[in-house]
Amino acid sequence: MQDALAVLGCRAAECAADIGAVWLTLKLATVVTVLLMLAATPVAWWLARTRSRLRPAIGAVVALPMVLPPTVLGFYLLVALAPGGPVGRLGAALGLEQLAFSFGGLVLASVLYSFPFAVQPLQNAFEAVGPRPLEVAATLGASPWNSFWSVAVPLARPGFVSAAVLGFAHTVGEFGVILMIGGNIPNKTRVVSILLYDHVEALEYARAHWLAAGMLGFSFLALLTVYAVAPPSFRDRA
Amino acid sequence: MSGGLRLRFRTGGAHALDIDLDLPRHGISALTGSSGSGKTTCLRVIAGLERIAGAHVAFGDAVWQDGARFVPPHRRALGYVFQEPSLFAHLTVRANLEFGQQRVAPRERLFDLGQVAGLLGIAGLLGRRPDLLSGGERQRVAIARALLASPRLLLMDEPLAALDPARKQEILPYLERLHDALSIPIVYVSHAADEVARLAHHLVLLDGGKVRASGPLTQLVADATLTGMHLHETGVMLDTVLAEHEDDGLSRLDFAGGALRIGRRPEPLGTRMRCRILARDVSLALARPVASTALNLLAARVTAVAAAADAGQVLVFLQAGFVALQALVAARSVREVGIEPGCSVWVQVNVVTVLR
Repeated sequence: MQDALAVLGCRAAECAADIGAVWLTLKLATVVTVLLMLAATPVAWWLARTRSRLRPAIGAVVALPMVLPPTVLGFYLLVALAPGGPVGRLGAALGLEQLAFSFGGLVLASVLYSFPFAVQPLQNAFEAVGPRPLEVAATLGASPWNSFWSVAVPLARPGFVSAAVLGFAHTVGEFGVILMIGGNIPNKTRVVSILLYDHVEALEYARAHWLAAGMLGFSFLALLTVYAVAPPSFRDRA
Repeated sequence: MSGGLRLRFRTGGAHALDIDLDLPRHGISALTGSSGSGKTTCLRVIAGLERIAGAHVAFGDAVWQDGARFVPPHRRALGYVFQEPSLFAHLTVRANLEFGQQRVAPRERLFDLGQVAGLLGIAGLLGRRPDLLSGGERQRVAIARALLASPRLLLMDEPLAALDPARKQEILPYLERLHDALSIPIVYVSHAADEVARLAHHLVLLDGGKVRASGPLTQLVADATLTGMHLHETGVMLDTVLAEHEDDGLSRLDFAGGALRIGRRPEPLGTRMRCRILARDVSLALARPVASTALNLLAARVTAVAAAADAGQVLVFLQAGFVALQALVAARSVREVGIEPGCSVWVQVNVVTVLR
């Protein structure tokens, strides 16, 4: 065992740190993806179907994290979540644990940061479904809620797959926001991208390679999934 | 007309509509008019897909929309067939058909799936996915799906417009059968004169956002300038069977009202053939013509005469056996010969077109 680890260029303790970071990253991305789907679906649905004049403004706000430097988002979140900040004080009043430099803070930051990556594929998918199938469902006796689940969601399935994969992958890949809001606490907020940075700083290139190659392979597989489902097999309107 | 469909609404804007319409409770009512005249909007308001403030929609005893209430579309007992079939692409044909059926309590269902699938000739398609169907098959599935939702009123928005002429001829007989087999009133939007003349009992002409005329087809069709319908394209379809190849270069086609003879056909005996007889290719006589060169003479009874003084022509509706025919003839001839509803006539068919 020791020999095998030595081949990878790390001692047992170091290896545990790497595996802990991988595990933390996967846990974070899973929790974030679930929350993203719950939050992004209604927003994407609204953006795809509304005729409100607020649509461009809301759309722009949702897309902001795509163009904003992660440090800007991270800075504002840090200010808001700090014990003296608005969210921090609210949390304290409710008796919640402090969000800054905690796993909960990472989750919140990641959901905000990855939000547009989940909203946009869903919005595109809902727009591609169009209003007609829902009108048909209504004339066949399905309530709006029922139509959403029995018609809109199955027809928009490729969008859901893309949104989940992109949301997951984007969360795994984030760096700046996490560094700002979560710091670098082993097994608590130290995710793979940050550990990789640490390794490079410490000139531990062998361990950096190990993590970097893993991230590269994972990202490729994620995008492969998205592109494989992108030309949806049944999108041509029957 | 109490107990039927009542529709009243106004819209503003470039294509302002001011609609006030009563439709009978029975039969097929055709809404016709040029594009942009508001036909589709009428259907959408009836269905509740378009919510226009101040609209009044009532069907029978049920008020679907008035100042105080708006019944959402899924609570209105209606079926809607759109111009494009709009089948659910993620479901099989059977699941498409069951979509509406499952949302009706079993004891309130009007038809069973097998019955409707048989009526529309789609029983063999139930396991398929919609993208593997032809355009005509898809539209038949869409019609069946609407029927299985047990509607008390069926709305059809140009269901044949997206189809090529051959597919159209494929579906028309099913639509005719639909009305004969079911007692659901149908509101049928179309600007195709041949469909309207063939299917409708009641005709509504929309023009400039208003109801220009509304009444029984046989009365309205008379005024060709009013309806803007191309009467020279009016006619009927007959389903026939190739019964005999005769010695002198002719073939005999049998149908439920008699027989027709046409130039010799290459098909084998027993082949089903659909023929079209245009109203303008039919002439009438009170007594059996003697020494006539007419190949096809049929005995028939006049069911209605749609007088059209200003057009100089009238459309005579005829019944030959079990088959309805139409004749477009000069108003003067009808007057001079004394053709009127109820009298027996000889029908001379000058041109028979085999459609397939």
